[in-house]
Amino acid sequence: MIRYITGRIFQAIPVLLILITVTFFMLRFVPGGPFTAEKAITPEVLRNLEAHYGMDKPLLNQYLSYMGNLLFHGDFGPSFKYSNRTVNEIIAQKLPVSLELGAWSLAVALFLGLSLGILASLKPNSWLDYIPSTISMVGICLPTFVLGPLLVLFCSIKMGWFNASGWFDPIDRVLPALTLGGYYAAYIARLTRGGMREVLSQDFIRTARAKGASETRVILKHSLKGGLLPVVSFLGPAVAGIISGSFVIETIFQVPGLGREFVNSAFNRDYTLVLGTVILYATLIIVFNLLVDIVQVWLNPKLKFE
Amino acid sequence: MLSPSAEKLPSSISLSPDEIEKGTSLWKDAWLRLKKNHLALFGGIFILIFFTLCVLGPFFLGEEYRIQRTNLGATSPSLDHWLGTDILGRDMFARILYGGRISLAVGLSATFVSLTIGVTYGAISGFFGGKTDAFMMRLVDILYALPFTIFVILLMVFFGQNIILLFVAIGAVEWLTMARIVRGQILSLRKQEFIEAAHSLGLGTPRIIFRHMIPNILGPVIVYTTLTIPAVMLLEAFLSFLGLGVQAPMSSLGSLIKDGADKMEEFSWLLIFPGFAFALTLFSLNFLGDGLRDALDVRASKD
Repeated sequence: MIRYITGRIFQAIPVLLILITVTFFMLRFVPGGPFTAEKAITPEVLRNLEAHYGMDKPLLNQYLSYMGNLLFHGDFGPSFKYSNRTVNEIIAQKLPVSLELGAWSLAVALFLGLSLGILASLKPNSWLDYIPSTISMVGICLPTFVLGPLLVLFCSIKMGWFNASGWFDPIDRVLPALTLGGYYAAYIARLTRGGMREVLSQDFIRTARAKGASETRVILKHSLKGGLLPVVSFLGPAVAGIISGSFVIETIFQVPGLGREFVNSAFNRDYTLVLGTVILYATLIIVFNLLVDIVQVWLNPKLKFE
Repeated sequence: MLSPSAEKLPSSISLSPDEIEKGTSLWKDAWLRLKKNHLALFGGIFILIFFTLCVLGPFFLGEEYRIQRTNLGATSPSLDHWLGTDILGRDMFARILYGGRISLAVGLSATFVSLTIGVTYGAISGFFGGKTDAFMMRLVDILYALPFTIFVILLMVFFGQNIILLFVAIGAVEWLTMARIVRGQILSLRKQEFIEAAHSLGLGTPRIIFRHMIPNILGPVIVYTTLTIPAVMLLEAFLSFLGLGVQAPMSSLGSLIKDGADKMEEFSWLLIFPGFAFALTLFSLNFLGDGLRDALDVRASKD
């Protein structure tokens, strides 16, 4: 197991390095630069600005010094757009907000998804199955950018239960987390139902019932571990999706998180900020995928030998 | 995999041409199974109707989607304008059909790009097997773990909202699962007699792959293609919602939803109708794809 994990980590390092390199050079070859949007600056000012940020040096030197700072000091460099602020500061300020949103959404997805899915698997083709299955069907077909505005329209504007946007009180977390987690809850419910149905039809479940185990015990103790396998393997893509979904959610609900900052920084050609966020997101996704794989092996030891 | 009717044949040695025909009626079997699946059937019919409306509608409605009646402004649904008008007085029904046309066009073209890349990549990997296969599939695994949506966003921001780039960028992201499915199928065909026969006839690799193997894996390919179309449309709408998809004066369902969301406080129908049309389209395509999967009995991964 430890060998497997270290192997995976060593595999992730070159991937990240390549990713950083590709993004770095891709950014420099696109039309426009961080200072072109500013209204009519003289060539002299432009030259001074570029000298200040080290952009007058050869590209390779810039790359090497960026990598040096990143690898040895964990320093993402200064932001090109927000003067006097470093990318590290911006990330430190915005990331917690996005992480909180992501965590709530994942909690919503898992809680709603698992309970609906298990409920639907207990009595297939009865109303106990149809109602949760229909809810999850609707959830899968409603994209976040439709569900979000609809929720605002109904819950905030019509009924006045919540604020339409903002990120101040705990209650402001409800709608964004519901919107972002909703789709994944729906998907998880479907996967749970499928996984549970498959496990519940197996012989060892009949054995468990025959020896007199209670239904609760059969569900929680005997079936859940196997039935959750498809859900666990979905968690990797789900987290990647929640991260990119946060771009839209943060725009709809005016959440001051890193997702909105990322899209803005791309528009502003804020090279260092774009690079910093891409590296951060990629690392998050790779680390999370690794965790998911480890949990999978733990749940299903058969995978170890493949 | 043989269809059930083939297994019931009394003797597999002396098959008359007719019986061979019967034994390969996989498509007929699949159709019978699909017909029993009401949701999938509903999905198929809705897609057919919506597609026809989107393609033909603009011919009847003419320039309706962009005729502005600023004195009229946004009106709720009425007999003149079934789904109301937007703030510039443009007919929403025409705009939804026109937007649906663009969304479907993006969906189909980008899916075609991903289909081409995925099938070729998967077929090559599965056909050659061994080290080539291990390397190519390792690469797919690595690509799976990367935040591609982020790259598509970067591409669209940097190179302007070029619609051709949109097809290619989305297609280049969505081919991974297709490659995996095709590779698995080709791998299982590789050792079968008819491929050996093709080899011994001295046929070239491309011919064996494209003439002898691909036709035999059409089932899973069709199923997964049907499921890729909604995924692609979703990604396009997602980009349009961020202002990165198709640009005005063109509109897709995604950009209509975006416009509607901006104005929903006063004119809720501007959000509700395009949102509903989009959700229904996704719903139909997803259930058609699911139904096809059950009908063709594909044991493919469900992601």
